[in-house]
Amino acid sequence: MILVRLLFQTVALALVQLTGNKFRALLTTLGIIIGVGAVILTGTATQALKGYVLHQLDTFGPRKVFMTGDVPRPMRGRIRWSEVALKLTEIEYLKNNAQTIDAITPMYFVTGQVRAGEVSRDGVTVTGIWSDWHEIEKRVVTIGRPFIKVDVDEMRNVCLINDKAIAELELRADPTGDTLLINNRRFLIVGVVETKEMAAMFPGGGETRTEVYVPVSTAVAMRPRLYVDFALAQLKGTEQADEAKAEITAILRRSRGLSGDDPSTFQIHTVQSAIEQFQAVSGVITGVALGLVAVSLLVGGVGIMNIMLVSVSERTREIGLRKAVGARPGVILLQFLVEATVLCLIGGVVGVVTGGGMVALGKAALPGMSEYLSVPPWTILVSVVFSAAVGIIFGMFPAIKAARLDPIVALRHE
Amino acid sequence: MTGTPTSTPARVVPGKGTIRLRGIHKLYQVGSESVHALRGVSLDIARGEFVAIMGASGSGKSTLMNILGCLDQPSKGMYELSGRRTDRLGAAALAQVRNKEIGFVFQTFELLARSTALENVQLPLAYSARLFWGASKRAKLALERVGLGDRMHHRPSQLSGGQRQRVAVARALVNEPAMILADEPTGNLDSKTSEEIINLFKDVHKQGQTIVVVTHEEDIAGHAERIVRLRDGIVVSDHPTASDPMHRDYLERMAMQAARAASGESERGGTVAPAAGQRAGGGVGP
Repeated sequence: MILVRLLFQTVALALVQLTGNKFRALLTTLGIIIGVGAVILTGTATQALKGYVLHQLDTFGPRKVFMTGDVPRPMRGRIRWSEVALKLTEIEYLKNNAQTIDAITPMYFVTGQVRAGEVSRDGVTVTGIWSDWHEIEKRVVTIGRPFIKVDVDEMRNVCLINDKAIAELELRADPTGDTLLINNRRFLIVGVVETKEMAAMFPGGGETRTEVYVPVSTAVAMRPRLYVDFALAQLKGTEQADEAKAEITAILRRSRGLSGDDPSTFQIHTVQSAIEQFQAVSGVITGVALGLVAVSLLVGGVGIMNIMLVSVSERTREIGLRKAVGARPGVILLQFLVEATVLCLIGGVVGVVTGGGMVALGKAALPGMSEYLSVPPWTILVSVVFSAAVGIIFGMFPAIKAARLDPIVALRHE
Repeated sequence: MTGTPTSTPARVVPGKGTIRLRGIHKLYQVGSESVHALRGVSLDIARGEFVAIMGASGSGKSTLMNILGCLDQPSKGMYELSGRRTDRLGAAALAQVRNKEIGFVFQTFELLARSTALENVQLPLAYSARLFWGASKRAKLALERVGLGDRMHHRPSQLSGGQRQRVAVARALVNEPAMILADEPTGNLDSKTSEEIINLFKDVHKQGQTIVVVTHEEDIAGHAERIVRLRDGIVVSDHPTASDPMHRDYLERMAMQAARAASGESERGGTVAPAAGQRAGGGVGP
C-alpha cells in the first residue's frame, strides 16, 4: 500500500518535473523517440513485406513443385541443356511412382502464331499440358470445360484460353465452339480459364499475357522434340516438401543412371521451401533491423543518463532537503528512477505515435500495400518494454548517485 | 566564572521528546589531517525546553547540530532521542528518525520553489507512513498555526522572507517532532522580521514544543531559556539564560551602548545647535 502510494507520488512528481522542462525533455528523449519510431517502422515494414510475399506465394500455391533439367556446373559447356531436360517418359514415371505428389503435368512450350479470323498475334507461347494441370493450378474455368484425359490421349485439337486472349484476339465473350489457328493448325476453343494476378517475381506473373493451352500430345505433334521445358507437380501436403524433393531426386537419379558422386542433372524447387527460406530471411531482416534499433535506443539511453546526471546535480539541495525531512535513500533512488523511466516512456509513446503516423502516411502513399501495412502489436509492446528498460538501466547510475548524497553536503551545495 | 563547563548536565528522564548526549566525539578526515570537531559533548535536553546552542565558527556548533539532527553520526558516544539510541543507525533508519522526531528550520529556508506553501509543508508527511492520510488537512493546520492560513497556495517566490521562514516553521511542525532544530533561522532576515520569527518560536514553545536554536547571535540566544556554549568541540558553559554570565555581560554592554547612544544622541543634539549657530554666525560675519 505504502509502495503504491509512493510510486503514484513519485510518478506525479516526475511529471511535474518534466513539464517544467518541456523542451529539454523533448530533446533528451529524441533518441528514444527515433529508436521507438524505428522499431515501429521496421516492424511494420518487415511484416508488410512478409505478409505480401507470403500471400503471393500462397496464391501461387504452396503445394507446387517445379522440376527442370539442369546442367551441373562441372559439365557446363560440354553438354547442352536439351540433353538433360526432363522427358515425357520421366514425368510419366514420376506420375505413376512418386508417393509424395498427387498430380503432375509437363509444361511443353511452343511459340507460334495464333490467329482468329482476321486477327493474328505472333510470338504467343502455347503451353502443352496434361489435364492434371487443373488440379495443380486450381484456375477457375469460367466458360466451357476443362481438359480431360481423353483430350490428351486422343491428341485432340482443342485449346483453353484466358480472358486476355479473348481481348487480344477480339473473340466473342463466350468463345467456346469457335476455332483458332495455331501455326496453321485448327483448334477448337473448349474453355476459358481465369487469369491469375501474380507478382512479376513468379513465372507467368507480372503483366497478364495471352495464354493458350493445348494437350501436350498435340503440342508435341506440332513441334516434335523429346524434352519438355519443365514439369509442375503438387505435393500431397505442404509438410512433405523435403520428403518429396528427396523422393523425386532418388527416382530421377535412378532413371538417369546417376550414381555415387555424380551431380544431379536436374533441379527441384518447392514453393513450400521458398516460403520457409523467405521466412528465415525475413526473420534475419527483422533481427538486423532490431539490432540497429537497439543501438539507437542505447544512444538515447546515454542521453537520458546525461540529463539525469544534470538533474541530480541541479537539484542537489532539494535532495538534501528531502533527505533531511525523512526521505530514505531508497525513496530518492525510486524518485529519480521513476523520473528517468517516465521520461523514456513518454519518448516511447511519442515514438509509437510518430511511427504510427508514418505508417499511416505510407498506407496513403502505397494503396496496393495498405492491407499489409498495419503496426504489429508486438512492436508496440517491444517499444514500451524497451523504453522502460532504457529508463531503468540508464537512470540507475544517476539515481544511485542521488540516493548516496550525504544530506549535509547536499544542503550546503551551491 | 564564564566558560566553566558544567560538569553535570541536568539529568533527564528518557522518553518522548527527550534528548541525551553522552561523550559525543566527532572526527573528520580532511585529506591527511584529522579534525577533532567534537571532543566529548554531554548534553541533556528535556521535553519542552528552548535551548540556544552558541559558539564561534570552528567551535563544533555545526557538527553538534548535524548530530542532534541525525544528519550525521558521532564517531564515539551515545545519542538517545525520545528514548531510542540513534548513534548506530543506518542511513534509512536515520531518515525515519528525522522524519518522526526532528523538524528542521534552515537559514536559507530551503523551500521547493515550484511547490506551493501547502505542498512544501506537506513534504515531510509524504515520507511518513503514519501521517500520510489527512496530510493536507494537517499541513493546513500547521500553516494556520504560523499565521499563513491565507497564503497556502502561494509559491515561495510570491512570499516575503519572513513568510517563507514561517512556511519552513510550519513544515518543521507538521510532523509533531520531538524537537525543532533551527540553524541560524534569522540569519537571512532583517531585524524586524527576525523578531517576528523569534516570537513565532516563542509561541510554539509555549505550546510545549522543544526547540533548539543554533546561532552565533547573542540577542537571538537571549530569547531561549537556556544557553549552551561550545568552544573547541566541548561544552564550555550551560546555563539558564537569565544566569548565563556571558549573556549578562552582553546585556550590560547593550544597555551601556544604548545609554551611550542615547547620550550621544543628546550630545549630537547639543552640537547641532552650535553648528547651526556657527553657520548662522558665519552668515552674520561677512
